[in-house]
Amino acid sequence: MADTDRPANNGVNVAALIAAREALTNAREAAQFKWRAACEWKNGTHSHSTVEGFYGLGQEQPRKTTFAFDADHPEVFASEDKGATPVEYVLVGLASCLTAGIAAVAQHRNIQLHSVTATVEGDMDLQGILGIDSDVRNGFGGIKVTYNIDADAKREDIEALVAQSQKRSAVYDVVTNPTNVTVVVNSTGA
Amino acid sequence: MIGAGHAGLAMSYCLADRSIEHVVLERGDVANTWRTERWDSLRLLTPNWQSRLPGFGYIGDDPDGYRKLSEVVDFIARYARVISAPVRAHTTVTAVRRTEAGYMVCADHGEWLCRTVVLASGACNIARVPSFANRTPRSIVKLTAQEYRNPEQIADGGVLVVGASSSGTQIANEIHRSGRPVMLSVGEHIRAPRVYRGKDIEWWMDAAGVLDERYDEVDDIARARRVPSLQLAGTYDRSTLDLNALTAIGVKLVGRLVGVTEGGKAQFAGSLPNMCALSDLKMNRLLDLIDTWASDNGLDDAAPPPHRLPPTRVRNAPPLSMDLASGEIKTIIWATGYRPDYSWLDAPVLDRKGLVIHDGGIVSSPGMYLIGAPFLRRRKSALIDGAGDDARELTAHLEAYLGNQRAPATGWNKGDCVSA
Repeated sequence: MADTDRPANNGVNVAALIAAREALTNAREAAQFKWRAACEWKNGTHSHSTVEGFYGLGQEQPRKTTFAFDADHPEVFASEDKGATPVEYVLVGLASCLTAGIAAVAQHRNIQLHSVTATVEGDMDLQGILGIDSDVRNGFGGIKVTYNIDADAKREDIEALVAQSQKRSAVYDVVTNPTNVTVVVNSTGA
Repeated sequence: MIGAGHAGLAMSYCLADRSIEHVVLERGDVANTWRTERWDSLRLLTPNWQSRLPGFGYIGDDPDGYRKLSEVVDFIARYARVISAPVRAHTTVTAVRRTEAGYMVCADHGEWLCRTVVLASGACNIARVPSFANRTPRSIVKLTAQEYRNPEQIADGGVLVVGASSSGTQIANEIHRSGRPVMLSVGEHIRAPRVYRGKDIEWWMDAAGVLDERYDEVDDIARARRVPSLQLAGTYDRSTLDLNALTAIGVKLVGRLVGVTEGGKAQFAGSLPNMCALSDLKMNRLLDLIDTWASDNGLDDAAPPPHRLPPTRVRNAPPLSMDLASGEIKTIIWATGYRPDYSWLDAPVLDRKGLVIHDGGIVSSPGMYLIGAPFLRRRKSALIDGAGDDARELTAHLEAYLGNQRAPATGWNKGDCVSA
């Protein structure tokens, strides 16, 4: 394990996370969060999405910044490539969530990280979304994440960080387990 | 004392040792759960020398062997006779209520008034089954590990075993070898070698103090109490029955069963590689601890050198779904854990998950105790060997509690005579 004489600093406030966990253990209502995004079609396959506030700890939580995202399809799809594809956003979500988790777990286990990089690759057989073969799914056939980590720890302890991160990752769960998705339409028209 | 299993009897021994009047109410015969709720070929996963009760160790010529089910029942039944435990068999408790002076225990054959009551009814009364189990097609036979007895009981054809801890792996192994192809759904599990560096893994855990780890020394005791049993089996050849052993004979692994759609399609999680990686890492941490202890205690010369098992093999892209209506699967075995039944317990001692609120077996209601639950006081509390220390300590507390009261320990059953 780590040298506990020199405390690790990965920039994660683990004390705050632990305090939050304790506080929420007996306040289930406060633990109910809602994450949101808004999306506006621009033209063709290009849309513009924003993330502002979320709901949690029993109230709306506004943010100082509005985050903005452009999504589009690439030129080989006869599109204009004004932003990453939606599926690439999913890969970014997965890598970001796992990476944040690695930092948090490393902090908690007093392991100093020096460098953590990941590459993510999702296989996709387009015969699914193009409706060519009904046995092929629309989504990824498989996703592979490869981490390169330089840290003050043995190989097994670094592997344990990555394994634990998956165990507690929201996006990993979203991608590997089913989720109920309900789509409602309010239309204005003729 | 509610329950004459090994834990209730161990505490009965300790109570008698301190001359504390008590009665043991048992809904069946002594060792009822072992007799009626386990599969035929089961063997204890702890070696014989370790499967002991207070004042009653193993006497035989196979200390490193693993007791068969019938031998377990005999062992516990003999114990009850040898210690003259005051058991009222075929007496089912219907309610336990608080009274001014203690408790009233109502049963189908009488009522008892007592100052203290011990819940020894076991942690495995009800097999847990996922909420979506009722969406599986009716044409598929479903059995829990509690109902499963032997392969002849189930139809020819494919079997889906859900759960890969001790029960699931043993059942999958037996059924697959009977000629019924098994698919095993794998969630969280804890791999361990049966024999390591020449000694039983339970020997190492006992010697290195792992089994004696106390409930108040553990980071997250609520989580530790929910951990499934070690993926261990009392194999007759002492081989390790892990996922690699199962895939080697042709069992197919899939991820955790996370849903069944309205159309009867089973959904398996895509996290199988991570489940197996986590399990391998946990196992290796245990072996690291054992190696360090062995080294610190001068055993390195005598014992074979440290080694590690090969990682769990996971095939590329295991299926994420299966049409249960296709006929490929004829039977599903739920090996997905158990929960206790406290429906008869009429006292405010249950948390929102239906588990008893206690501090190392001392329940939140004064004069009430719990024994025979996972990590009750120590990591070994769920094992037969764990009952002894738990019983001794809880009896000491109970005796002190009674010492602070005035009245005698139990009231007699209204229909009873005082017997010599």
